[in-house]
Amino acid sequence: MPERRIYLDNSATTAMAPQVLAAMQPYLNDVYGNASSLHSFGRDAAAALDEAHSVVGCAMGARASEIVFTGCGTESDNLAIRGIALAARRQRGFERGHIISTATEHHAVEATVHQMHELFGFDITMLPVDDAGCVAAADLRRAIRPDTVLASLMLANNEVGTLLPIRTLADLCHEHSVLFHTDAVQAPAYLPLDVNELHVDALALSAHKFYGPKGVGVLYLREGTPYLPTLTGGGHERGRRPGTVNVAGAVGAAAAMKYVMQERIVQAPRLCALRDRMIAGVLERVPYARLSGHPTERLPGHASFLFKDVDGESLLMSLDVEGFAVSTGSACTSGDPEPSPVLTAMGIPRDWALGGLRITLGYHSTEADVDALLETLPMCVDRVRRAALEML
Amino acid sequence: MSGGVDSSVAAALLVEQGYDVVGIMLRLWAEEGSDAYGQPNANRCCAPEAVADARAIAQMLGIPFYDVHAEQVFKQRVVEPWIDAYAQATTPNPCFSCNRSIRFGFLMQRALALGAEFMATGHYARVDRGEEGAFRLLKGRDEKKDQSYVLHVLGQKDLARAMFPCGGYVKSEVRELARRFGLLTAERAESQDLCFLTQGDYRSFLARQKPDIAQPGPILTAMGENIGTHDGLPYYTVGQRKGLNLDVQSSDAAPMYVLKLDAPRNALIVGPAEQLGSLVARVRVMHYCADAAPGEPLRCTAKVRYKAREAAGLLHPLPDGGARFEFDEPQRDVTPGQGLVCYAGDVVIGGGVVGIGGG
Repeated sequence: MPERRIYLDNSATTAMAPQVLAAMQPYLNDVYGNASSLHSFGRDAAAALDEAHSVVGCAMGARASEIVFTGCGTESDNLAIRGIALAARRQRGFERGHIISTATEHHAVEATVHQMHELFGFDITMLPVDDAGCVAAADLRRAIRPDTVLASLMLANNEVGTLLPIRTLADLCHEHSVLFHTDAVQAPAYLPLDVNELHVDALALSAHKFYGPKGVGVLYLREGTPYLPTLTGGGHERGRRPGTVNVAGAVGAAAAMKYVMQERIVQAPRLCALRDRMIAGVLERVPYARLSGHPTERLPGHASFLFKDVDGESLLMSLDVEGFAVSTGSACTSGDPEPSPVLTAMGIPRDWALGGLRITLGYHSTEADVDALLETLPMCVDRVRRAALEML
Repeated sequence: MSGGVDSSVAAALLVEQGYDVVGIMLRLWAEEGSDAYGQPNANRCCAPEAVADARAIAQMLGIPFYDVHAEQVFKQRVVEPWIDAYAQATTPNPCFSCNRSIRFGFLMQRALALGAEFMATGHYARVDRGEEGAFRLLKGRDEKKDQSYVLHVLGQKDLARAMFPCGGYVKSEVRELARRFGLLTAERAESQDLCFLTQGDYRSFLARQKPDIAQPGPILTAMGENIGTHDGLPYYTVGQRKGLNLDVQSSDAAPMYVLKLDAPRNALIVGPAEQLGSLVARVRVMHYCADAAPGEPLRCTAKVRYKAREAAGLLHPLPDGGARFEFDEPQRDVTPGQGLVCYAGDVVIGGGVVGIGGG
């Protein structure tokens, strides 16, 4: 194992902030009541849970009652897409109904939308993207049908960092009575999220992506949005997500939200500068390298590259052996010998698309980390390329 | 690392010897289909429990561990050619192409990409350097477990980088080492059969993968007498006695054995035991571990199947890159598609696939 380890995979997960753990601590042992219980133990938990709803809601311009705590970002996406599409179809009396999404969504959305087609008979349209991963409003407009009930378009792409103009796209949908969900899981650590700015009906978050605990997701569901709970049970979270609520987790998510609201004002510009330093350094030092995703409309701290004729997985392993934790894009697709569907949708040719690398900076990342990576990466890329040549 | 005893002990031995070790598990292809949760079937080499075992062992040893997906490359370079070989009425051994293309091809490339100098596996075989400095592949010390037969495909470049840490031990010693290292797989059973079969035997696998692979045809004696109907040539192999559907099978008649799979006539040629056996085996492409053929015919021994006994004879390298092996005594199991592997004592000279009509 390498002596020095540098974590540059903050889009996969982040290190929980000490104040988050401190906020959670009482609810992991002393305050163990069930927030649904009538007695004082329950009330103590319920008070903390109410507070968590308020804090998270407030952080994104939502009411406390519009916030649902779930088990993860994937669950939030699932509940939103399935719950809204089924309810809206029923409400509007469509036999099939139609859902729009993009070819570059995270699996949590992509697989759910496909299941809505296969299991529930919805028609689906996956919008194309351009070579930077952007969706054209005109394409969205053309895809909308009279029976379109829902569009799900991600705010920030996990693999290539591209940001979509969510408000424009959401407004377009609303003009045609189409509800709008966005997977915003990658965003909170870097960008302000205000649902009244974004004009979305539903939005999914995951606490561990912004210095909170794993095992907690957030679903914002605008008041009045048609919704069927696809998890059925008791009346927890106003019946929208039955199941005894993870109070410590919710408290942790709220504490993390407070933390990033305070930090990101300073961190976002710092990480933008650091990211650009990394991008410039990589493109300068590594031959046959290019940036993937949008050059400017991208997440602060998110740099993704393509290296021609490089096996991305070998490069990851090679960097890991040298102590650098990075990713090919989405942890779920690592190791698949096929090029990533996201890069394929962006029209990236195969000899480039197999060599994807994602480097995502976090609040703890330093200039020294970036410089260390810039020292090592060219050697690793070269080693991977030479290994391939040798085995020809 | 497969999570099994041998590769785990190999890794532990190398760590103990002070090497900087990285563990890699290959995820290999398994027959299409899915488990109860809709997840694709796992190859026997790398079922979820095996991945967990290998990872736990790597953690215990304090080494990095990666499971690398090789499903498609394994299917293309091992399984499909293996099916095609059956379609040509031979009895192929998939371990040759796996060692050549997957372990010492695909996996070696990944090892080199990590900056590795050597690649070690849990095989029972050994490598040393002969008098002229050339690398030599030797049998494993454990005669029963020796796997040099399936490694005969290696050349100098491969052997220069290959390490077989278990090769100097017998299996019971390896199990003992596993216990001493505290490896949780010390008691695990041996893996058997083809790793990519998930249900049934190879015959049903072939029928599912290539439904037209088996066409019934006549069973003939060497004299051309039609004495039955076979289910399709891929379902038989030379020397097979059981499962022959003969019209006449009186109790006092001599048992019949498969002598040959006659693809042009789609006929299964059978005969009594005394007609079984060949004095010669021909190989179309002979590979030599020294990367060069001997200058003249060589007296040595040869194995015609993994579990066959070595037999003495004369190896004739041919100018076209093939070889002919003349046995001192007729050999029963010379089977097109299987490997002919030649030995000088413990040293593997090389080998190749026995050709059709080469028996």
